[in-house]
Amino acid sequence: MSEQLLQQLVNGLLIGFMYALIAIGLTLIWGVMNIVNFAHGDFLMIGMFTSFWLYTLYGLDPVFSIPLCTALLFVIGVLIYRFVVSKVMSGPMLAQLVVTFGVSIFLSNLAVYLWTPDFRLISKPLLSGTWVIGEVQLSIPKTVASIGSIITSLFVFLFLKKTKTGKAILATEMDREAALLMGVNTERINSFSFGMGAALVGIAGAFLSTYYYIYPQVGGTFGLIAFCVVALGGFGSIEGAFIAGILVGLVQTLGGFFFDPAYKYAIVFMIYLITVWIRPQGLLGW
Amino acid sequence: MQNISLKQICSGVIAFVLVMIFPLVITNTFAQHVMILFFMFGMMGVAWNIMGGYAGMFSFGQVAFFGIGAYTSSFLLIAYHVNPWIGLFLGGLVAAFVGAAIGYPCSNLRGHYFAIASIAFGEIVRTHFNNWKLIGAAEGLSLPMLSEGFKNFMFHSSKLPYYYIMFAFLLISLTVCYLISTSKMGYYFRAIKESHDVAKVLGINVVWYRLVAIMISAFLTAMAGTFYAQYVLYIDPESVMLLPISVQVVLISMLGGAGSVMGPVVGAVILIPISEFTRVWLGHKGTGVDMLIYGFLITLISVYQPKGVWGLFMNLGKRTK
Repeated sequence: MSEQLLQQLVNGLLIGFMYALIAIGLTLIWGVMNIVNFAHGDFLMIGMFTSFWLYTLYGLDPVFSIPLCTALLFVIGVLIYRFVVSKVMSGPMLAQLVVTFGVSIFLSNLAVYLWTPDFRLISKPLLSGTWVIGEVQLSIPKTVASIGSIITSLFVFLFLKKTKTGKAILATEMDREAALLMGVNTERINSFSFGMGAALVGIAGAFLSTYYYIYPQVGGTFGLIAFCVVALGGFGSIEGAFIAGILVGLVQTLGGFFFDPAYKYAIVFMIYLITVWIRPQGLLGW
Repeated sequence: MQNISLKQICSGVIAFVLVMIFPLVITNTFAQHVMILFFMFGMMGVAWNIMGGYAGMFSFGQVAFFGIGAYTSSFLLIAYHVNPWIGLFLGGLVAAFVGAAIGYPCSNLRGHYFAIASIAFGEIVRTHFNNWKLIGAAEGLSLPMLSEGFKNFMFHSSKLPYYYIMFAFLLISLTVCYLISTSKMGYYFRAIKESHDVAKVLGINVVWYRLVAIMISAFLTAMAGTFYAQYVLYIDPESVMLLPISVQVVLISMLGGAGSVMGPVVGAVILIPISEFTRVWLGHKGTGVDMLIYGFLITLISVYQPKGVWGLFMNLGKRTK
């Protein structure tokens, strides 16, 4: 029983780090431009498929396709911001909510059209197998992905705190008008943040493709969970999203373990409802 | 609201007569089916509008009320032989109660936060129904074949009775929406939509009126759910509780014009035939083209016509005058 519990804790941590990385991209977009990106999960899907096709067609292992995934998703993010999201920024709020739903349906069905709805798996990734430490099994791809998530999050955190662009992003997040008056090109910051949010989830997609099924609708659940993570962490808070991602991963696996695996996602959604009810600003929000 | 002009009464009567004789002239069952879906989604759009368009709560979880309505009447019919018409009423009550129970803790949520809470609510309900053995879990419920007739809310030989019943439902919900929009409550709703705080200062009981809006909306949506169950005679969580149905309802209201009585009907009359025809023509191969077009359309509408076409329509009418 206790070994099983320990194993579940480890599994929860490993999935939690992935949630954290996905949610950081989402919280960045949300925080900077107050847009709820329902297509975030589909960006993840594109990242996974990119890594899958690079592997299948050119034999490039997912680990090495990370830079390509990041760059591609950055471009896709910027394009979607320029041609879609920026057009609704000043429109009614309902349109801001619905527009990314449209993008989400479009992207996931484009994937169905191009690559059929089949489930795929990268057959022989470089990272595979498990480490056994005592009683606990540690999946190597998941562990590497978690380390990647930690490094990426740290990088994002430092980027926002130390660089000029990063500070401009934070300033826009705090007060758009004031940032504009201080000479920040907020329109460029918007498009850069949207691209960066997409690029981050592209990294997550590349890591996830080493051990998870790849199919057009894969983004749905991940995207919804990312919302719960962002809410729990505090909207716009990078550190909050990171901590909350790990918490949600733990709650999900432990909830499945003690209660019923079929309800593991429902438990996560319940956390969202309870969070916004009791502490609407989230753990680290203000 | 504005006074109803003679012109509006005339066009209303003409539309009514056209809809009444439509299925007598056009006997194609697919065309009738599309019309029935148009009424059904129109009704759900009107119900959404009371909550979203008037009171400013953008719900993406309407499908939960739809499913609760469908399941309540179907379960009562199968397990206790309760007449579907009573089931219709009880389903509405259950949905309204659930809506109030979830709406109360969410009474401070606005905008995006409410929208995501409503998605979370819909997903929780779907997960639960998918695993609830009593009501058939993922296998769903098949309704028993009863003898045809109005009393049993079941017709096998023709779609006509369904057509007229659903049209009547749509008219009922439009009446409810119209009465609300012209009443004091309608003004309260709009005040709450504009600003919670101002509404509160003006002495409006924000929490209570938000709950009222949710409950009315839930009741009407559940009625559409019961109708769907009686019409298709088979329901499962995947057909009556999926998120895309909720999105469709929101889209209909937005395209038509949220916050106007007729908006959702206009939205449904444009969107439902498009989505049904593309589904039938392009969707059967499972290539996703139909949904691809649909997603593209949603994006286009949100970018270029976010305030809805109903307003456009009214302005044109004024200009030609």
